[in-house]
Amino acid sequence: MPFDPSTGSGLRAGPILAEWYDLRDLGNAVGAFLDWIRDQGAPDWVPYVVSGLIGVVAILLWVILSQLAFIWIERRVIGRMQARIGPNRVGPQGLLQPIADTIKLFLKEAITSRKVDRALFWAGPVLIFMPALAVLAVIPFGSGMFLTDLNVGVLFVIAVASVNTVAVFVAGWASNNKFALLGAMRTVAMLISYELIQVLALLGVVLFAGSMRMGAVVDWQSDFNTWVLFLQPLAFIAFIIASAVEIGRSPMDISEAESEIVASYHTEYSGIKFGFFYAAEYIAAFAVCAIIVTLYLGGWTAWGLEEWVPGWLLFLGKLYLTFFLFVWTRGTLPRLRIDQLMAFAWKFLLPLVLLNVLVTGAEVLIWREGDLSAGLALPIFGAVNAGLAVALILGWATFMGHMRPEHRAKRAVLTRSWARYITLHRPRQTSP
Amino acid sequence: MSVDLEHYLIVGALLFGIGLYLALAKRNFVGVLMGIELMFNAVNLTFIAFSRFGDAAEPLTGHVFVVFVITVAAAEAAVALALAVLVYRNRETIDVDRMNLLKW
Amino acid sequence: MEDTGSIVGFWLLAALTVGSALGVVAVRNLIRAVVLLITSFLGVAGLYITLSADFVAVVQVLIYAGAISVLILFAIMLTPLASRDNAETFLQVPGLLLAGLVAFTIGFVSLETDWSVAERGGFEETASAIGEALLSKYVLPFELASVLLLVAMLGAILLVRPEGSSTEE
Repeated sequence: MPFDPSTGSGLRAGPILAEWYDLRDLGNAVGAFLDWIRDQGAPDWVPYVVSGLIGVVAILLWVILSQLAFIWIERRVIGRMQARIGPNRVGPQGLLQPIADTIKLFLKEAITSRKVDRALFWAGPVLIFMPALAVLAVIPFGSGMFLTDLNVGVLFVIAVASVNTVAVFVAGWASNNKFALLGAMRTVAMLISYELIQVLALLGVVLFAGSMRMGAVVDWQSDFNTWVLFLQPLAFIAFIIASAVEIGRSPMDISEAESEIVASYHTEYSGIKFGFFYAAEYIAAFAVCAIIVTLYLGGWTAWGLEEWVPGWLLFLGKLYLTFFLFVWTRGTLPRLRIDQLMAFAWKFLLPLVLLNVLVTGAEVLIWREGDLSAGLALPIFGAVNAGLAVALILGWATFMGHMRPEHRAKRAVLTRSWARYITLHRPRQTSP
Repeated sequence: MSVDLEHYLIVGALLFGIGLYLALAKRNFVGVLMGIELMFNAVNLTFIAFSRFGDAAEPLTGHVFVVFVITVAAAEAAVALALAVLVYRNRETIDVDRMNLLKW
Repeated sequence: MEDTGSIVGFWLLAALTVGSALGVVAVRNLIRAVVLLITSFLGVAGLYITLSADFVAVVQVLIYAGAISVLILFAIMLTPLASRDNAETFLQVPGLLLAGLVAFTIGFVSLETDWSVAERGGFEETASAIGEALLSKYVLPFELASVLLLVAMLGAILLVRPEGSSTEE
């Protein structure tokens, strides 16, 4: 059918039965509860506030429980990837490790040095917690299961993530510590570079879906029976890399690696304040995975499977798989230096996502003006985009010199190429 | 009591006044710049308020104008802060009272 | 706008905005003044939301609170020996009088004028309409704004380039 962004979910014939015990949409149970409240004769604003509260409490509970589970899962999985066992002491198979970590953080002495800027020192962890949670408010967990479906949801996500930058800077400044400030400035430079790439990568999604509403993007993916991942592979890769940098995970964990600048902006924080940073990092990771799943991987739809399996289970499954991808890269790839990171953003990823926006815009224009049918246009676009992604990545990498022989070592080249740089302690012969 | 156009205009006027005071009376150049940004914000708020409440054929013109004002404000902040860093490099101060080379 | 939510929202956000702006004037520490400025920006974004300007509100947070604030903080970082005590110049009293006069004039005019208020209610969705306007009726200012941004970027980079450094690529 021709491209028409105004028909959102007209094609989707969802299940008709909407009893309160229909688990496919947890909103049914909440709706029945709210109807009961209205029957009790409460004023109009009570169901509204109660539904908001239920949504907020549900999201917070889910995030905290997932985070506890994933602390264990991540450390075990990374341990197995690094050919060691991982935590296995604290409970059966180390399952109580997250609880031990939490209790340790609560019991640690929260040292506040005397010369810090008290108000800003206290505000740092608070400000860093806020964007990650605010992002979770616009994400549709299932059909009709979201806190709010903003008309500018996609842009809201980026805008709230940009407040992270200010929070990192305030935390680094308030510590009254040169290394914290230096680390904070490096982290801020990293964050603002990759924020740009995030926005440009998301532009491709918005171009196809025709709207910035998260629900509209999910509906578009379910209407056309495709995932945006197949139509925008280059933007997907760029968005995953940019998001990994935004949440500060390896291989870009310059902020928190011990061999880097002490602990960058959270050097001076200890005890529960550090616990806030630690928790905020996990919650940000979940938020970013939720965005990726909603915008690129089809959200809570899976080509019609959501009629039997509850949508939110599919969503959570995809989210955990995406998080596993982040854990996998953490366990596998070595850390990047800050100058390598910045060069990668500005010289490699930015031209690629700009070209992606150009090509995507041309494709949408061809689709709309040429009045092609979706069954014909989308596979062609997917194939063209995939080919373009492969060609651009390899070609631009070769052009920028990343594929030079010394960067593609297939066996140990330590003695061969680095021998020039290792000087032996031999007295220099002075020339006559 | 309901919230009308005048409420937003008063907020805009207050913000503009505070921004003007910052731009006139702060010694640090960055303080002056903060005042200028507050004035931009006040003007934007007034535009949006008129766009929402006012009687116009195309009400969203106010929004378009605000997008342009935000763009120009960003460009101007970048150049102004580059100038501040440059002045600091030459004079080791960004105190506006000491930048008086053009005085008679 | 007569419903309670809008009224409560407006008064809270207006108090936050104007209070933070007064805080920027009054605090004696420059970094805290910048953080209060950021709070003021966020308050203005909230006021945009009460005026159903969703796209402009998000752009405000993204650019003002996310980028311009970081610019200001970096400028403060790069000027370490400058005084950070947020002091006033000798033009304090004239500045106060002038600012008060301007604010009073604008406020007086806005209260006394008989504005022709439309009975419209809020907007539904502003982003697509703004986009269409930007590319149809206001395409020339749009292109000029992009040239302006390019010029500003180049100018800022050229101004603060360290002298005598070899340009690398």
